[in-house]
Amino acid sequence: MNTDVRASAFSSMPDEDGKFGVFGGRFVSETLVSALSDLEEFYKKFSSEEKFMEQLDEDLVNYVGRPTPLYEANRWSDQIGGARIFFKREDLNHTGAHKINNAVGQALLAKHMGKTRVIAETGAGQHGVATATIAARLGLECQIFMGEKDIKRQELNVYRMKLLGAEVVSVRSGSRTLKDAMNEAMRDWITRVNDTFYVIGTVAGPHPYPMLVRDFQSVIGREARIQILDKIGRLPDALVACVGGGSNAIGLFYPFLDDAGVSMFGVEAGGKGLETGQHAAPLNSGVPGILHGNRTYLMQTNDGQIMDTHSVSAGLDYPGVGPEHAWLKDIGRVEYVVSSDEEAMAAFQNVTRIEGIMPALETAHALAYTEKLATDLDSEQHIIVNFSGRGDKDIQTVAQLEGIEV
Amino acid sequence: MSRIAKRFSDLASKNRKALITYIVAGDPSLDMTNTLMHEMVTSGADLLELGVPFSDPMAEGPIIQAAHERALSNSVALTQIFEVVSSFRRKDKDTPVVLMGYANPIERMGYEKFARAASDAGVDAVLTVDLPIEEIAFSSRIFAEFGLESILLVAPTSSEERIHRIVSKAEGFIYSVALTGVTGDKNLDFNQVKSQVMSIRRLSNLPVVVGFGIKDADTAKVISSVSDGVVVGSAIVDCLAKQLLAPSIAIDNVRSLVSAIRDGMDGIAFDLQVD
Ligand SMILES: Cc1ncc(COP(=O)(O)O)c(C=O)c1O
Repeated sequence: MNTDVRASAFSSMPDEDGKFGVFGGRFVSETLVSALSDLEEFYKKFSSEEKFMEQLDEDLVNYVGRPTPLYEANRWSDQIGGARIFFKREDLNHTGAHKINNAVGQALLAKHMGKTRVIAETGAGQHGVATATIAARLGLECQIFMGEKDIKRQELNVYRMKLLGAEVVSVRSGSRTLKDAMNEAMRDWITRVNDTFYVIGTVAGPHPYPMLVRDFQSVIGREARIQILDKIGRLPDALVACVGGGSNAIGLFYPFLDDAGVSMFGVEAGGKGLETGQHAAPLNSGVPGILHGNRTYLMQTNDGQIMDTHSVSAGLDYPGVGPEHAWLKDIGRVEYVVSSDEEAMAAFQNVTRIEGIMPALETAHALAYTEKLATDLDSEQHIIVNFSGRGDKDIQTVAQLEGIEV
Repeated sequence: MSRIAKRFSDLASKNRKALITYIVAGDPSLDMTNTLMHEMVTSGADLLELGVPFSDPMAEGPIIQAAHERALSNSVALTQIFEVVSSFRRKDKDTPVVLMGYANPIERMGYEKFARAASDAGVDAVLTVDLPIEEIAFSSRIFAEFGLESILLVAPTSSEERIHRIVSKAEGFIYSVALTGVTGDKNLDFNQVKSQVMSIRRLSNLPVVVGFGIKDADTAKVISSVSDGVVVGSAIVDCLAKQLLAPSIAIDNVRSLVSAIRDGMDGIAFDLQVD
């Protein structure tokens, strides 16, 4: 009984101040506080209304294409010769990644709150595309903030967003990447807080965003739980997901947090190796601090300046991480590990060839670690890996690394 | 009486409004910051705000963002900022100095270590942009132990109920943000500023100063007619940005801007006296 009470506490966060232990919170300038409290109120109200939730479900089924399959990767599992591996196929969602689950939810909130304009930050462009997509469908004005460097790296997604009717704003401050795009989106929101809804793309930002994004992404874990019980008659032994800001990971993990027998592994971008400093692994080598409205682990200098990050995958290239992950790390519920650029590239090639499914480079980080984990387990054990997105967007990056022109 | 309280009471007795000038420490160099602090006082500034550079200054517009980047490219950190303030204090014992910045550099140093060093250096108050009242208790308690006041912001989006809670925790003076936007924005609405200052005044006896969007003698004159003072930041920082290769011209330009604003504000104070 005691353990039950303790265990169920894992899924009871955040507290009313938006804190996950010492992490999270609402560290923003006074101008934004009322907008965030309003959002929290509206979210509480709508998420308890049957009509709102039905509309969301309807969108998830008919627009996004849910539920996504839980696919047993037989040839890959055989090749490894350890645990049986299942892919939760978020790559099959409309727009090709898990990001749309959250974008659809937040855009629906925006519409219900009477906002006429949505903005978003994006790194790889996946969240930008997801937001532009749902904005097109709902007839909302849409502006996407993107670092100048990322715009150059992700031309195809920039064009996709434009085709969808969004305006892409090039951000030239700071390191000109995702973190700066997020600063600029916040600044825009401060300025137009009355008519604008800020659709944050991951479980970061000030409260209530980490909670709200988690809730919208938890559909992944809820489905996976039912599907695995249906397939093998019990819960899996382990879950694996890549962690950028941590939205696909928390989406899979959250509905299993209170299941003590399920181990969980969040895979950060090891880049060129933790020892080189060129990576994006704040949970593995960062220090707690405050950025983008919440307290969490950050890659920062001794003076408290946020550092530039490196990863072959633009979607993991972020110096912070969602506060709930910071908490889950500290209490030991989830283990956070890394895959390097090189390991991710190898997994990308291998899984593409052996399963005929091309993963996003972000996803490839999760796959690389899954391979190690599966090796240590036996065929009676089962792993679910969150196949967070498809690899089409990364073909140019892969070709470039191979020295091929496409 | 704190240095800030004393400064405001002296100003009130002379029927003058406070001119608070903002620059980023280390922009474009620490030497310039040193020089500018004294120059601004000589030209008419009553309180000085020093921006503490941060890699992600979320509430700043482009002009001040660029200043943060310039300071960081000189590797300016808190320790050097304390040295600048110490050296200022050796010559000027009366002008209050407020550090304005973001929580992370302070959190990294440790709140207590920061407070001790800031206080030793002669800093009077700290304004941490991303610590709203819900998050301020911890730092303000420690700061108070070292005699540092915590300055709080009131925004156009702050409800009456929030203003109430803010002023109950405020120390030194209340910083009323003139517009929903970032520093350097221009869509300042006089009536909105006036009614916001009046809402604050109904609830607090602390001096109320207005910042964001005040860029010249005219805006300073108008806004100080309904408040206890103004903060001018982007306009001054812009003088520095425009003359990066000619520091002495930059200093001259800052001097004339600050004097012009001073004259504008004193004009209005004089008018009021005559009334
Ligand atoms: C396919 C895919 N997976 C993972 C991520 C990382 O984000 P998060 O950690 O929030 O899931 C991204 C971000 O762009 C992505 O596009």
